[in-house]
Amino acid sequence: MYGIGLLKGLAVTMRNMVSPGRQFTLHQYPDRRVGLLGLAKQANTNLVSYVLREPAMAAKSLIGLATVKDRMPQHPRFRGEEFVWYEERCTGCASCAKYCPLGIIEIVTHPSGDAMQEGEKYAIDVFDIDIGRCMFCGLCVEACPYDAIHMGSGFEESTYVREELVIDVDRLRSAPKRPSTWFRPQLEGKGYQPLDGQEVSWKDVGRHQMPDDSELEDRWAKR
Amino acid sequence: MAITTEPVTINLGPQHPSTHGVFRLRVTFDGEEVVDVEPVFGYLHRGTEKLAESRSYVQIVTLTDRLDYTASMSNNLAYVRAVEKLAGIEVPERAMYLRVITAELQRIASHLMATGFLLNDLGAFATPLMYCFRERERILDMFEMLCGARITLSYMRPGGVFQDAPAEFWPALDTFLVETPGYLDDLENLITGNEIVLARTRGVGILGDELAIATSVTGPMLRASGVQWDLRKADPYEVYDRLEFDIPIGVAGDTFDRYLVRILEMRESLKIIEQCVDQIPRGPIKPDLPFNLRPPEGDAYAAVEGPKGELGFYLVSDRGIAPYRCKIRAPSFINLTPLKEMVVGWKVGDLIVIFGSVDVVLGEVDR
Amino acid sequence: MDLPEWLAFGMAGFTLAFIVINAMIMSTALYTWFERRALGRFQVRLGPNRWGPFGLLQPLADIIKLITKEDTIPDEADRPAFTVAPVVLLLPMLLVVAVVPFGEDSFLGRLNVGILFIVGVTSISTIAIFVGGWASGNKYAMLGAMRGVAMLISYEVPMALAIAGVLLLVGPALPADAEGFAGISSLALSKIVESQVLPFLLVSPLAFLVFVAAASAEMSRTPFDQIEAESELGSGYHTEYSGIKFAVFQLAEFMAPIVTSIIIVTLFLGGTRGFSPVPEQIWFILKVFVVIFLLLWVRATWPRLRIDQIMAFAWKGLFGLAILNLFVVATEIEFLRTSDGTLSTGSLWLMAAINWPVTLVSVVVLARLLGHGRMDRPEPSPSPLANMYAEAE
Repeated sequence: MYGIGLLKGLAVTMRNMVSPGRQFTLHQYPDRRVGLLGLAKQANTNLVSYVLREPAMAAKSLIGLATVKDRMPQHPRFRGEEFVWYEERCTGCASCAKYCPLGIIEIVTHPSGDAMQEGEKYAIDVFDIDIGRCMFCGLCVEACPYDAIHMGSGFEESTYVREELVIDVDRLRSAPKRPSTWFRPQLEGKGYQPLDGQEVSWKDVGRHQMPDDSELEDRWAKR
Repeated sequence: MAITTEPVTINLGPQHPSTHGVFRLRVTFDGEEVVDVEPVFGYLHRGTEKLAESRSYVQIVTLTDRLDYTASMSNNLAYVRAVEKLAGIEVPERAMYLRVITAELQRIASHLMATGFLLNDLGAFATPLMYCFRERERILDMFEMLCGARITLSYMRPGGVFQDAPAEFWPALDTFLVETPGYLDDLENLITGNEIVLARTRGVGILGDELAIATSVTGPMLRASGVQWDLRKADPYEVYDRLEFDIPIGVAGDTFDRYLVRILEMRESLKIIEQCVDQIPRGPIKPDLPFNLRPPEGDAYAAVEGPKGELGFYLVSDRGIAPYRCKIRAPSFINLTPLKEMVVGWKVGDLIVIFGSVDVVLGEVDR
Repeated sequence: MDLPEWLAFGMAGFTLAFIVINAMIMSTALYTWFERRALGRFQVRLGPNRWGPFGLLQPLADIIKLITKEDTIPDEADRPAFTVAPVVLLLPMLLVVAVVPFGEDSFLGRLNVGILFIVGVTSISTIAIFVGGWASGNKYAMLGAMRGVAMLISYEVPMALAIAGVLLLVGPALPADAEGFAGISSLALSKIVESQVLPFLLVSPLAFLVFVAAASAEMSRTPFDQIEAESELGSGYHTEYSGIKFAVFQLAEFMAPIVTSIIIVTLFLGGTRGFSPVPEQIWFILKVFVVIFLLLWVRATWPRLRIDQIMAFAWKGLFGLAILNLFVVATEIEFLRTSDGTLSTGSLWLMAAINWPVTLVSVVVLARLLGHGRMDRPEPSPSPLANMYAEAE
C-alpha cells in the first residue's frame, strides 16, 4: 500500500532513537559527562555515601557538569604517532630509512668502537623522523632486523609549529617506551597492553631472548 | 518583446556538498533541467602510477590504500595479486581466506558508505548516513584489530598478509555476522519501501545493459543494469570458487536498482564471510620472501571485483626492485563514462542523486 | 502624574512587543538546542553537549560565533536588497505571534481577522526569499529562490483552502453587542479556539493533513526543503550570506517550526484548551512541543522530494484533498447546523465519524492515482548480452 513505507521509516527512526542498544558506541574524547550514578560507580561506593562524601561534585553532576576522562578503546596493534626506539638494540643499519616509502627518516652514524667483537656497532648522531609527513604504514618497523624501532600507541602529537613534528634522536631516547604490538608477535604473545602505561625494557621486545654470558662465552671462546 | 530563456552554466564542484570529494561538473541547465554535463577531473591527482615506479613492490601497498580510501583492503588485494602473478608467488591457504574475509568486510563497509551518501544526496538529513556509519564503525574496529589502522590499512603483502588475526578478532567477527542482518533489515525498512525514495529513484537515470557494456561499466552499476557479471564468479580468484553465493542483479538499471543491488550484495558478502570462517585452515600466513622483490622480466594484470567494480593492476617488471610501469584500472573512473547519457534530461536534484548512485571515490578517479 | 493616553498606550505596546519578540528569539535559541539534540538522538549520536549543562549554552556560542564573523557582501550583490532580505524574512514570523492567544486572556492583539492576518503576513516570506536569492548574484541562490517562489505560492492555495474548511466549523460571528461593538468574527483566533469543543483534528482530519503538509512546505522542511536543498544547491537562497545576516536567516528559519506549530495547535488541537488544574498556557506550550517533535521526527526520517514532484503534489494532491474537504464539511454543516448556525457537540462527533472514513478513503484513492505502478518490481532477468555462466561452459 502506498504510504506504508513512510510510516515504517518513522517507526525505524523512533526505535533507533529510544533503544540505547542501537546508539553508536560513543566515546567522547577527551572527556565525557557522567551522572551521579556513574560517579558513584567510579568512586566504588554507593550513591548515598558518595553524595555525603562529595556533595559539590554530586550537585555538579546533577546539572550535567561533571566529567570523567574518556577515549576510544584502542587495540594494542594501533599504529600510533610517536615512535618507540631502543638505542640499545639499534645498530644504525638504516634499514628503516631505506624502507620508508616517503624517505622521511634521516640517520647519521659514526663508528662507535663499541662491541668490536660482534663487528662494531654504530653510534647514532642523527635520527630524525618527520611525523608531519609520516603516513604510519609501519614499514620501518617491519624492516628493522633487530626490533629496535616500534610504532607507538598515541595520537596526541599535534603542535602549533610544523618543525616540532620532527622527532629527533633526543626525543626518541627520552620518549616513554610503550611500543605498539603491531608486527611484533613476541609482544603480542606476552599479552602486552601498551595502553596500561607499563613500559617495556629493551631486553624484552626482541624476537629472541638475549643470550646470557655463558652462551656468549661458548660462542667467542673458540676464536 | 518576446520572452526568451537561455541555458545557465553552473559549476557543480569542486567544492560542493555532494560531489563526494573534489569532483567538478560543468552543468548547463535549462531552468531545472540538465542540458549538458562536462566532468572535470584531476583535483586529487597525486600521480600514484608514477610514484609506484620509484617504490619497491612492498612500498606500493601503502600507495594503493590511498586510491579508493573507502575500500583499502580491495585495493591491497588487487595489487598484491598482480605482484604475485608477476613474481610467481604461492599464497598460503590461510592468507587467502583472511584476504577474502577482509575484502568482503571492506565491500560491506564501502557499500554502506555508498548507500548512506546516496540517501544524503536524496536529502534524508543524515539519519540513514549515521545508521550506515554505525555499522561501518564496527568493521573499522575489526580492521584496527587486524592491522592497527582503520582507513589506510596496508594489511596485505605480496605472498600473503603481514600478520595473523589476533584472538579477539574472531569473536568480534562472529557478533558482527549475527547482528548485521538485523541492522540491514532496519536500513531496508527505512529506505527500500519508502515512497519518497521510490519516487526519487525509480526510473531515474536509467543505464541500459547495452550502454553499460559499451562503456565498460563494472561492479554494482553493471549488475544493476541486469548484466550478470562478477569477477568472483566469472574468473574466481583466491578461494571464491569454494564459496557459495549469488550475484544479485537489477531490473532496469535505474538509481533504485543500483541502490538495491548494493544492499543485496552486502547480504551475499555476509554469507561469504560466514563460509570463510567455517573453512579457514590453520597454517602460515606469508611465505618467506625477501623484503625487496625482484620479479622476472614480464608483465602481469590481475583484477579483483572491488566494491566499485573491476579493480585491476597492470605491472611491468624489468627485474628491478620497482615496477617499470604500473597501470591502475580504476572502476570509479570508468564508471563515470556514461554519466552524461544518464543525467541529460533530468533535473538538478536527479543529477545529484544519479551521480551519488554511481558511487565514485575521487581518490580513485584522479589517482 | 497622568500620562497622556497615547503615551501610555505606546509604552505598553512597546513593552509587550519587546517581551514577545525577545521571548520568541530566546525560545528559538532553545529550540535550536532541542532540535540538534533530538536530531542527534534520532541519528544515534549525542548532539551538542559540551558547552554548559547538557549543551544548553550551545545556541549562545552559535550566536556569538555568527555575530563576530565577518559579514561579507559579494561584489555582484545588490547591496540594499541583500541587506534587507533577512529582516524581511524574520518579520512575518514575529507578526504572526502578535495575534495568537497563548491563554484565555494572554495575547498581544485580539485581531478580529486573525487568521486572515496570518495568511496574509506569512506570504511576505516568499518575497524575502526571492529578494535574498536574487540580490546575492549567485546562480545557486537564484535557483533556490526560484524554487522557493514557485513552491511557496503553490502551497498557499491548499493551505488557505484547509483553513477555510476549519473556518466553516467555527460558525457565524457573534452579533454586535448593545454598545455597537462588532462581535468577534469567526476569523479571530480566540473564537476558533473557543469553538473547538472537540479538537478540529478529530472533526476534520483531512484539513489537518493538508494543512500540516502545506505548512511544512511553507517553512521548507523535509520532505519539502527544496529552497535550501543543501545536497543540491549548497544552501539555496542564503548561499552567499554570512555573519549576522546569516544569523538572522537562521533565526527566521528556526522560528518557522515554532510559529507553524503554534498555528497548527491553534487551528486543530484546541489551542489553549485543556484540563482544569494545569493552566492554559502550559497546555498550549505542551501541545506546541508535541507538534514540534512530530515535525522533527518527520524531518529526521524522510528524504526530499524533487521540485516537480513537490509541485505536482501541491496541485494534484493537496489541492484536490482540500477542495474535497471543503465540500464535505460544507455539506455536513448544511444538514447538521442548528437554527442559529452553530454546531452542537453531538453533531461534531457525527462529523468526525463521517470525516475519518472519508479521509482514509480519499488519501488511499489519491495515492493510487498519483503513485500507480511505481510499487511493483518485476523479477530481474539476466541480460542476454553478457552472461558469465554461459561463458564459463
